[in-house]
Amino acid sequence: MPPSPATLTADPVTTALAPGHDRPGAGATLLGAHHAGYGADLAGHLAYHGQLPLPRAGDTGWPERLAECVEASGLTGRGGAGFPSSTKLRSVGVAGGTLVVNAMEGEPASTKDKALLSCAPHLVLDGAQLTASAMSAARIVVCVADDDHHSARMISYAMAERSGTAASPVATTVARPPAAYVAGEESALVSWLDGGPGVPTFRPVKGMPLSARRRRALVHNAETLAHVALIARHGPGTFRSTGSADAPGTTLVTITGGVARPGVYEIPLGARLEHVIARARPTDAVQAVLTGGFGGSWLPAAALGTPYAPKPMAAAGGVLGAGVLVVLPRNACGITETARVAHYMAGQSAGQCGPCVFGLPALARDLSDVADGTADGTTLRRLDERLTAVSGRGACRHPDGVARMVHSALTVFAGDVATHVRGTPCAHRARPSMLPPQTACRRGPA
Amino acid sequence: MTSITVDPVACAAYGYCAELLPELVTLDEWGYPVVDGAPVAPTLVALARRAAIACPRRAFLVDESPDQAGRGRARSPAGR
Repeated sequence: MPPSPATLTADPVTTALAPGHDRPGAGATLLGAHHAGYGADLAGHLAYHGQLPLPRAGDTGWPERLAECVEASGLTGRGGAGFPSSTKLRSVGVAGGTLVVNAMEGEPASTKDKALLSCAPHLVLDGAQLTASAMSAARIVVCVADDDHHSARMISYAMAERSGTAASPVATTVARPPAAYVAGEESALVSWLDGGPGVPTFRPVKGMPLSARRRRALVHNAETLAHVALIARHGPGTFRSTGSADAPGTTLVTITGGVARPGVYEIPLGARLEHVIARARPTDAVQAVLTGGFGGSWLPAAALGTPYAPKPMAAAGGVLGAGVLVVLPRNACGITETARVAHYMAGQSAGQCGPCVFGLPALARDLSDVADGTADGTTLRRLDERLTAVSGRGACRHPDGVARMVHSALTVFAGDVATHVRGTPCAHRARPSMLPPQTACRRGPA
Repeated sequence: MTSITVDPVACAAYGYCAELLPELVTLDEWGYPVVDGAPVAPTLVALARRAAIACPRRAFLVDESPDQAGRGRARSPAGR
């Protein structure tokens, strides 16, 4: 019995567009069909979006036309790196290789891959088929973490619905790599698909091509592929009709923490951060927001006017990352919460690189000392040195993310740090964490 | 252009590289080597090669790519 799409409307997923961003022609969004009441099955998908424009046999100009269409749309990868998608579409040498769809949802605070695979699995598959066809890839592998049974059921059902039809020219399978923070890193994913341990691999040259079964493997984020499907159908103009000129289109964000309606929201890029988090109804005055995820960066309440797009967010000291926004209300301690996240992230190290294995627990202990009021100026200086010591020293960017997050906490919560260093422990350290339950989170592979 | 890289997965903090090449390698508080990725001075290239051969984990990589952009494949002279 397939999961009933009707049950999905209970998800805390709301309509796409923030007030003031609703423009004509902005209907073709990732979750538009879901909000319009269309089912997540193939019939509902086709009724809302229409047939998938796949190439006719022998149409050699089609891959470049698709790349031009995506280039005109200005789509960038939604996995965190923000790489122009058209450049990746034009990658050569993937013929006969593997297109890997990354729906691993490694960020504990994120549920956007789950929302996408539940509400629009066929959009993800459409995007994968288009991209794989353009690159002449031999197979598509959709990666869903081994603890995310609902998403795996939804995508498997969607694949079964279209198997043997024209909408499924490239063979597609589902893989279930181990659920762990770093398992979704692209080299870890490809390593696992190639029979390896599923941990990040060291690449001496940045961006060195990955391969599985001795063929090239290219990893795409699930959300990016779903956007490709929309752009191929509705054109780059529709995509650009939302978002800002610099950062067109919509994106999925997971809003959690001190909010009444946590969940996944589709928002236009460039919307002001305060409008974005207002969708989830903060329960109290906002003190700060953790942007990007557990390897992201804290932004103070003063920065809530920042447009949610890569460039302005970077200028303000934030990141888009995995599209996570954790709201910290005014009566919580940012240092205590950051220490909790740092301890969790230390436990999520793949255990391969010394600076990560030893550095992250050391950072977390230093932060706990600060929150407990047992730290002094020496601790802060050591913390600063350790932040430098772990950055850029791993095979993947896990330690860099933690260092960035801790560094931003020391800046944004500088007032709290000064109080705690004078010997006053954090008054809120005993209260339950505002962040998603970390004890219930997945264990690392090591 | 010659540069040095450490494979952080292979490295097990033996520290031989810092012993043999203190001009370019320092150790962090946990004993793992820190290198800055800058071009290696011609007078130190031979020492860098020796440090690479001495590494029991083959984690110390000397990249002697002729390519100015430094985009060549990193390799250790021991031919890992």
